[in-house]
Amino acid sequence: MRTSWLKATTAVMALGAGLAATPLRAEDMPTQGGTIVVTYKDDMATLDPAIGYDWQNWSMINGLFSRLVDYKFGTTEIVPSLAKSWSISPNGLVYTFTLDPKATFTNGRNVTAADVKYSIERSVNPKTQGPAGGFFHSIVGQDRMADGSAATIAGIEAPDEATVKFTLAQPDATFLNVLALNFASAVPKEAVEAAGADFGKHPVGSGAFRLDEWVPGQHLVFSRNTNYFRDRPQIDGFRVEIGQEPLVAVLRLQKGEVDIAGDGIPPAKYLEIKNSADAKDTIVDREQFETSYITINTAKKPFDDVRVRQALNMAINKERIVRIINGRAMPATQVLPPLMPGYDASYKGYPYDVAKAKQLLADAGLKDGFSTTLYAMNTDPNPRIAQAIQQDLAAVGIKAEIKALAQPEVIAAGGNKDQSALTWSGGMGWIADFPDPSDFYGPILGCGGAITGGWNWSWFCDKGFEDRATKADAMSKPEDKDARYGVWKAIFTDIQAQQAPWVPVFNERRVVARSKRMGGPDQIYIDPTRVIDYEAIYVKK
Amino acid sequence: MSGLTERPATTVALAVILLVVLAATLAPWLAPFAPEDQPFDGLSLEGAPLPPGAKYWLGTDTLGRDLLSRLLFGARTSLVIGLVANGVAVAIGMVVGIVAGYVGGVTGATLMRFTDLMMAFPALLLAIVLAALLHPSLWIVALVIALVNWVQVARIVYTETRGLSERDFILAERALGAGNARILIHHIAPHLVPTAIVWGTLGIATTVLLEATLSFLGVGVQPPQPSWGNIIYESQSYFQAAPWLVFIPGAVILATSLSFNLVGDTLRDLLDPTQRGRG
Amino acid sequence: MPLILARRLAQAAGILLGVALVTFLLLHYLPADPAALVAGRSANAQMIANVRHQLGLDLPLPLQFWRYLTGLAQGNLGRSYIQRSEVAALIVARIPATLVLMAAGILVEVALGLVFGILAAVQRNSFADRLVMTLAFVGVSSPQFVVALLLLYVFAATLGWFPMSGFGTLRHVVLPALTLGLLGAGWYARMVRSAMIDVLNQDYVRTARAKGLSWRRVVLRHALPNAALPIVAMIGIDVGQFMGGVVVVEAVYGWPGIGQLAWQAIQQADVPIIMGVTLVSSLFIVMGNLLADAAAPILDPRIRGR
Repeated sequence: MRTSWLKATTAVMALGAGLAATPLRAEDMPTQGGTIVVTYKDDMATLDPAIGYDWQNWSMINGLFSRLVDYKFGTTEIVPSLAKSWSISPNGLVYTFTLDPKATFTNGRNVTAADVKYSIERSVNPKTQGPAGGFFHSIVGQDRMADGSAATIAGIEAPDEATVKFTLAQPDATFLNVLALNFASAVPKEAVEAAGADFGKHPVGSGAFRLDEWVPGQHLVFSRNTNYFRDRPQIDGFRVEIGQEPLVAVLRLQKGEVDIAGDGIPPAKYLEIKNSADAKDTIVDREQFETSYITINTAKKPFDDVRVRQALNMAINKERIVRIINGRAMPATQVLPPLMPGYDASYKGYPYDVAKAKQLLADAGLKDGFSTTLYAMNTDPNPRIAQAIQQDLAAVGIKAEIKALAQPEVIAAGGNKDQSALTWSGGMGWIADFPDPSDFYGPILGCGGAITGGWNWSWFCDKGFEDRATKADAMSKPEDKDARYGVWKAIFTDIQAQQAPWVPVFNERRVVARSKRMGGPDQIYIDPTRVIDYEAIYVKK
Repeated sequence: MSGLTERPATTVALAVILLVVLAATLAPWLAPFAPEDQPFDGLSLEGAPLPPGAKYWLGTDTLGRDLLSRLLFGARTSLVIGLVANGVAVAIGMVVGIVAGYVGGVTGATLMRFTDLMMAFPALLLAIVLAALLHPSLWIVALVIALVNWVQVARIVYTETRGLSERDFILAERALGAGNARILIHHIAPHLVPTAIVWGTLGIATTVLLEATLSFLGVGVQPPQPSWGNIIYESQSYFQAAPWLVFIPGAVILATSLSFNLVGDTLRDLLDPTQRGRG
Repeated sequence: MPLILARRLAQAAGILLGVALVTFLLLHYLPADPAALVAGRSANAQMIANVRHQLGLDLPLPLQFWRYLTGLAQGNLGRSYIQRSEVAALIVARIPATLVLMAAGILVEVALGLVFGILAAVQRNSFADRLVMTLAFVGVSSPQFVVALLLLYVFAATLGWFPMSGFGTLRHVVLPALTLGLLGAGWYARMVRSAMIDVLNQDYVRTARAKGLSWRRVVLRHALPNAALPIVAMIGIDVGQFMGGVVVVEAVYGWPGIGQLAWQAIQQADVPIIMGVTLVSSLFIVMGNLLADAAAPILDPRIRGR
């Protein structure tokens, strides 16, 4: 859902591309100090780590709080954070962490094992009304806490101040990734209780930054946490200005008044900037873990016929859609984006072939076509893309009525088995919560997500694939990693080749604008897990 | 009615209205392209809309569609909504106003309190909420606008009916045993015809603007059906890169609503004796 | 007088209650499930049901409305599911910006309306008069969003005289206020003109003119006071008109007022905020009308006597 708020797109970049070892010029050396200005159009919803799940607040929450483990900047490699070390039992079921004694909350108190336990329980607790409960499903007792029948999670123990022990119900290869999510951030119970429902407006954490001021609808001011237990950040602070149209933000950035235009470069301005002399210094343009797709409700006639779904796949002119968004994406062949482990470079997907699509429809007894509904989000460019899709469908005889709605309404429509038909995912495109192929299965193609109000808008729930997915996720030993990716690769290729529940349309790149004075490699402006890496960015001398 | 052409501005306005009506009726024959057609050469290689030129006279929009064709078909949308929505609004307003004004009593009071309630809603906000709620098609947008716009008519008709029903000739009719229906049809209604005509014209201007505004905010007529407002909605962030996409439809909206306002105002002067001779 | 006031206040409260009921019912049928929204994409059916219970959305509708009303009585407008914040706090934080914009917009309207209205009245039936009256029509016929984009294009993007968007300095307020005010200025000009003509046609004014009283004195001493009443009444009504206009103007100029808040909420189907802003806007409208009524007797002795 972080993704879900996405207007343009979120996070995530070149996994494994790594930091190229290019020598830095003197003026590019990281320096300490400086306050930068960041802009966004929409106000921050909350800075509560148990709740915040949109792409604007995600990186800010990341900077305000710390978690047991973290990602190395600009990469997807897990490194110690609150936990200075950990061990995993041979059966993969027990994780034991030892805390860094230097870690303190900004209210002065040490971070203890009990805080970690409390914080994760708080994320799962239905009273918190957070979106994250399901991520911790592997922990023993999570289910009872989530349904309100238990007040704590039995599988999280704090035997002493510095030790946290997790017991899992089944092995989970992604468990460390889950603990690196914002939802696992440590929060001090006393501050949470003092702030009540408004902890998200008065956050207290142990992260690199603290929140000094928040004027709703106008600005937020963050400053460096001088007692931070790790050695970053470089900047003294950042000021987030709200209510700035992306177009205006980019103009101000060109004038030097803004350092990072958080919403990216709007389509109307993109070509002009891309073709300008400043482009090299101001545009950061990277791939991310994103796929934009059309879901096809496999439980509904005539989409229950795989030939119809394959015909849809062949009817869409992806090249032209990519042109409509000024080439800021690559046509997609499959569910997983190219950067994701498990991506099948040898699988070419369905070709654009109108004649073949018509033939398939005729074979399915739909020579004269049919009428259906295409749901899409109401923010640009999604209604436009929906119209391009509509025209492509019309060419093979499918008459699709477009319903461009607010995001919650799209979710309500797609997540309703009887209502869901075709849904364009743009603006809500799936961007991984963590860099693992399993995150592209469970909620969006697995039976678990095929519930009312869920995200599996294809209502695809196949026993065979479900078993294969469960087996893949049980392969939690580090030495099985590559084998596990291989299993996932086969799952995703087979789903698309045999069942075609989606039309994967494109993999969108993320484009961010930064001022010329900002330094550091591209991957910390489009970080795989943090969106913008406030801890790592710096101002050049 | 010859008075209509006495003022030069009104004459021009009538001509503009005629043009819009012609554009709307003849759109399929006048438009060089189908309004929903997205030709491959309608966008530059980088995906930018094309400026006005030899093939696409007024340029193309961000999907590569011909702007002129969309404007012509958009005239249909605006006129249909203008006539239907405003017709319904005037009808509702007349009925409510006459009933409340003539019947009076509890029914009348209830109707007028309801009108007060509607007056207390921020009209545009109400329209946006209704439109977002009902998922607009052409007819829904017309209905939403009618639901918001009848209030003003109702109040004016109410006041006029009240005034009329206390006039001597009505009282005399009643004393002679005329039924309510007779009085309403033969005596009250004819006096309200000028009001209906004036508001029927002025209201079109308001309606065209409201439709454009709703479409501009994305809750009006849904693409790919063209409307002058949603053409601007789809291109608003391009107002610098492709100003023709915003300001040509903008000028068309202004010309249309201005024309209906001018004609309506002239009609008011001609038809409304209390206004005549002033100014 | 106090009795009348009390009656008007009671009426206003009744209207607001009606607005609350209508809005509540309308928004209840919005096809978006706040519980699914809050529970997020990792939730299962049980979690969504738990959240629904937490939010009180599983209660019968009348009870939900009653809870909303009792909250309202304590100044509690509920919490936004998306902004995760008290709606009242969000609105309060944004009201000053909207008031600034409205005040500036009214200033533009009244100033332009007075200047052009007087000009037209004094030079009645001249070319200038007809031009002003036609321009007034152009004003009231303009689509506000096109005016907003045009001013933005000419004065901000091309000439660079004013900032493109934002809030804080006098320069920021100019374009939004002009956009808001140009539309209404047409109405004011027409109204001022006809109020002026009424006075100028009065016998005592003709006499005064004949005795050599200057135009300036006629306008200031006699005509203006006569136009004041309709202007004040109109301002009261304008407050309501503006509650809609600010949605468009704030959306285009990125003005951090309640119009922008409402617009974002509508795009995100954020029901509690839409409810809250609608109620607050209605409150503005009702208060505007009350003020217009209350100001009338003070300004016009003829009404005072009744």
